[in-house]
Amino acid sequence: MNFKTENNTSEAINLKMESDVLKSITYTSAKGKLWIALLLVIFIAGLIAYGIQLKNGLIVTSMRNYVSWGLYISMFIFFIGISHVGALMSSILRLTGAEWRFPITRMAEAITFSSLLFAGIMPILDMGRPDRLLFLFTHGRIQSPILWDIIAIATYFVGSTIYLYLPMIPDIAMLRDKLANASRWRKKFYRALAVGWKGTDVQKQLLEKCMNIMTAIILPIAISVHTVVAWLLAMTLRTGWNSTILGPYFVSAAIMSGAASVLIAMAIFRKAYKLEQYITIVHFKNLSLLLFVLTLIYAYFNINEYGVPAYKMERAEHEYLNELFYGAHAPLYWSVQILGLLVPLILLAFKRIRNSIGWIVFVSALIVTGAMIKRYIIVVPTMLHPFVPIQKAPVGYGSYFPSMIEWFVTLGAMAGFMLVYTLFSKLFPIITLWETSDAIKNNGAVSVGVHLQISSTVSS
Amino acid sequence: MSEAEENSRRSFLKAGLITGAAALTAGVVGCNPDTKTTGSLTGKKVPLLDTVGNLIYVDEGQIPVHTNFKGITNEESRKGIAGKKFVMVIDLAKCDGCGKCTEACNKMHYLPKEKEWIQVLEMQDAPKEAPYFFPKPCLHCDDPPCTKVCPVDATFKREDGIVAIDTDRCIGCRFCMAACPYSVRLFNWEEPVKPSLVEINASPENAFQSKKGCVEKCDFCSHMSRKNELPGCVTGCPMDAIYFGDENEDAVTNKSGQTEKLSQMLEDRAAYRFMEELGTKPRVYYLPPTNRLYPKPRMNDSKS
Repeated sequence: MNFKTENNTSEAINLKMESDVLKSITYTSAKGKLWIALLLVIFIAGLIAYGIQLKNGLIVTSMRNYVSWGLYISMFIFFIGISHVGALMSSILRLTGAEWRFPITRMAEAITFSSLLFAGIMPILDMGRPDRLLFLFTHGRIQSPILWDIIAIATYFVGSTIYLYLPMIPDIAMLRDKLANASRWRKKFYRALAVGWKGTDVQKQLLEKCMNIMTAIILPIAISVHTVVAWLLAMTLRTGWNSTILGPYFVSAAIMSGAASVLIAMAIFRKAYKLEQYITIVHFKNLSLLLFVLTLIYAYFNINEYGVPAYKMERAEHEYLNELFYGAHAPLYWSVQILGLLVPLILLAFKRIRNSIGWIVFVSALIVTGAMIKRYIIVVPTMLHPFVPIQKAPVGYGSYFPSMIEWFVTLGAMAGFMLVYTLFSKLFPIITLWETSDAIKNNGAVSVGVHLQISSTVSS
Repeated sequence: MSEAEENSRRSFLKAGLITGAAALTAGVVGCNPDTKTTGSLTGKKVPLLDTVGNLIYVDEGQIPVHTNFKGITNEESRKGIAGKKFVMVIDLAKCDGCGKCTEACNKMHYLPKEKEWIQVLEMQDAPKEAPYFFPKPCLHCDDPPCTKVCPVDATFKREDGIVAIDTDRCIGCRFCMAACPYSVRLFNWEEPVKPSLVEINASPENAFQSKKGCVEKCDFCSHMSRKNELPGCVTGCPMDAIYFGDENEDAVTNKSGQTEKLSQMLEDRAAYRFMEELGTKPRVYYLPPTNRLYPKPRMNDSKS
């Protein structure tokens, strides 16, 4: 705990961090290249599948008149969900003064950026007439929840991109100055984005001020985003969607799945970019404890969402809930509720689990997969239970399972999301260097959770 | 638009469907100089629906090409027919579930069999209660959940009570389908089979409204109401079970021309609206299936 900061020590820390983190930008391993190539191939396959869909119409999907929304809309809600991790990191953790957040904030905010990008694309993929997209602006009706979604998502996208960019300016300036061997376009790119950052006191104060403002703004925006996305469903009279708590229920799922997704990203970056000294067990411990709390809140909403109508069993609800509890969707429903909620909750309650990165990644994977399937469970069974009985429906109208085209388009979107995320980490430091080193300087490495081993000086 | 023009359009629609009916078309549509066929055979066959709903292939050269058609303007069709408040009454006591209304409707709107703008359902509200047939067109709610959610005003409520769709506007988001509690809205998942009106844009008041990637549904046959005629399902019902009329006139009429005082009929027969508790205020009234004139549905399956 002896971290009396002498100038040369902090200088050494800076140098070490820069060289460690810059490696991930200047050097791509064979595995890394393979990963990018794989994502690219899946992404292109998705594009081709979408091309087929554009040509033949939505008939190539499994959606029909009863189930008129399917996998695309489910994935839209899922992407919106994990995008909330940015707000969690940059707002909630910042407001509560959690110093340990620094090494992982940028990873989280980059998830927000790329997931929002693809969240915005999913409904366009679902449109019957994407050629009329601009009608939303030229003929938009503000009374429609779709317009609320567009406004909220666009605002959140702009806001979170600003919030991603602001703390990146000093780091980009560092890249501008340090990357001597970079290609010409890269140098130009960094010079433009660094907006003349010199690290003067005035600049630092200004930056701090901007970030403080964004902290306050971004949280309500994020909450509004998933609330209005939930309203897309909740503003209808449909059984299963016609619920007053759908907004907060979705928000709780969003923050939970976002936290779980950043835990997975942390483990991957730690291994791939050899960041073991920066992303330590401290971060996994703290964030998984937070994940436990978030999962508890989500469980609370689940009890309300399903338990309350299940007690009353109003006629239409009865049929719908029977389908979920005992019917065709019961295997999916119970595996999501047990493997995606109950099991993670029990596991995360144990300190031993929260002390093991392997376990945490496993639990996070359960939660993220569960959240993804849960969106599907929310969208599809409701559409299969309209008030008017489904009778004399043509073949394929009374059930739904996504078609190959839908799978490929969706996988393409997921690959695109991960591709944007990976390329981001190849362009910018995935750890915020100046914030982390400032925090080490002011409060010591322990408070930030990093465990640096510097050859000449030993700091703990 | 004048009645004569409208008449010519109807005739044109029908005539254009049958190969070799060009002479008839020319005869009746004489007042519309813009309609003509090229006459010569091109060898290129176009799939069409004939008047009984069969798929036929017609040479392109024999299809009357309709150019510069002066239909109802988009603005007019969004407003509706002035001074009217259309209303429908369906007498469940008379409905024997024959499905002729659906057939007539499909013929009227050039719909293939899978599409049903009016669907005849078999209903039974509780295990011991009597089963009955239930024809379900669009209910043209006065507080429609579908128009409320449309992001681009492609579906809207008109002054005459009709909920219509502008397929030149629809972006195919299908939010209206999710919002409609009665499952009346249909989507064109693929390119629909067109009747011969190749040149005519699907407008809110055309008989043919199907367009790829857009939503469609029952429009109360507004193109018939324009010329004071009854909708296809009404004139197609052999049981005289469907009545259509104007609430302002307080009168509804069925196929046989029996005209009833609307308010009297609703009162005497204890009419109800479907799922009143949803608060959508439908413009379709149902008369309960008491003293039925037909054998009840079998209801083999355990749908409730």
